[in-house]
Amino acid sequence: MAKSGLKPFYLGLVAIALIGGGAIFLARGTGGGATSTIAPALAGDTAVMPGYVLGSDSAALEVEEYADFQCPACRMFNIVTLPDVVERLVKTGRIRWRFKDRPLENHANSLPAHQAAACAGEQGRFWEMQDQLYYGQPDWEFVRNPQKKHREYAQKIGLDMSKYDECMGSNRYLSRLVAEARRATVRGITSTPTFVIGTIKIEGTVGYDQLKALVDSLTALKKP
Amino acid sequence: MVAATLSLVGLLLSTYLWLWKIGFIGSLVCGTGTCEYVQTSRYGALLGVPVALIGVGGYLVLLIVSIVGLQPGWAERREPTVWLAVLSGIGVAFTAYLTYIEAFVIHAWCRWCLGSAGIIVAIFVTVVAELRTDRRADGQTVASGAASGRPTV
Repeated sequence: MAKSGLKPFYLGLVAIALIGGGAIFLARGTGGGATSTIAPALAGDTAVMPGYVLGSDSAALEVEEYADFQCPACRMFNIVTLPDVVERLVKTGRIRWRFKDRPLENHANSLPAHQAAACAGEQGRFWEMQDQLYYGQPDWEFVRNPQKKHREYAQKIGLDMSKYDECMGSNRYLSRLVAEARRATVRGITSTPTFVIGTIKIEGTVGYDQLKALVDSLTALKKP
Repeated sequence: MVAATLSLVGLLLSTYLWLWKIGFIGSLVCGTGTCEYVQTSRYGALLGVPVALIGVGGYLVLLIVSIVGLQPGWAERREPTVWLAVLSGIGVAFTAYLTYIEAFVIHAWCRWCLGSAGIIVAIFVTVVAELRTDRRADGQTVASGAASGRPTV
């Protein structure tokens, strides 16, 4: 084909590249999860299933994080964003962070991980176990016996292993975890991570800037 | 031309996934909500290289080879088409592996990955069809050349 005959074709390629490139550039701005509203938690929810809390009781706002230890997006959030949130929003007293178990039904190794975290929580080491589970997620997410790896984490963070083994063997947190997952489903929380601030629900990974912007606006609303 | 156009679309798609992977894009537009799950799973990278980046490289090479094959000096030669067939064949095999992982290992689907799978298969089919057409045309030239007594190189 003569070179001049290719001109319309090249122009077409350039047009596709420009349209596609423009769409990608515009998508750059969509930083974060989808925001919608959610019914407020029932009065008894936090009393019966308190989750795990970081921060002061006197903080103006509470952020609930519904997460699944086998969820890669939760892993990413906890490794990349949560340290910033804790340092700049929780430790400064602006928000209180509440972790809520939301083991997803299609994640076969999720429940044992949540049980391991609950057993670590009995010894006051929930957050350390959470870090271990997220950092080590690729090592246990698809294996046949994830408990073996979880036990290594328990040893690594210095848990009393006889208490940990007894806790895991008793399965005493299993029914609570299943109930938490069901309660979350009833509230419309069916994917992870999901963040709830009052009646605002954010589904999917969220960056520090988006979270801070939301906290700023809600804090301003609360001021007299 | 079809291969070049499809390669460009695949390149844009892979670039989108790769830019998300490196944090340039906040969230993926994904109807099923499992694109991020697939992308951040341990199978989202091969030997430490994000699969999306492998896609960017692969489609870029396909785009370059297909455009070279359209140039006046190359248009009549078989090499670019043969190279496109080999490269897209490797792409189809790699895509088949990734689709197997989605279906049977992590049990989650990424629509963009399925889109890419469709594109690479379409490129492969197009190129193989072109090769077959070329071969048939060569055969006819040989036959007509022999009938007329003319040399047929």
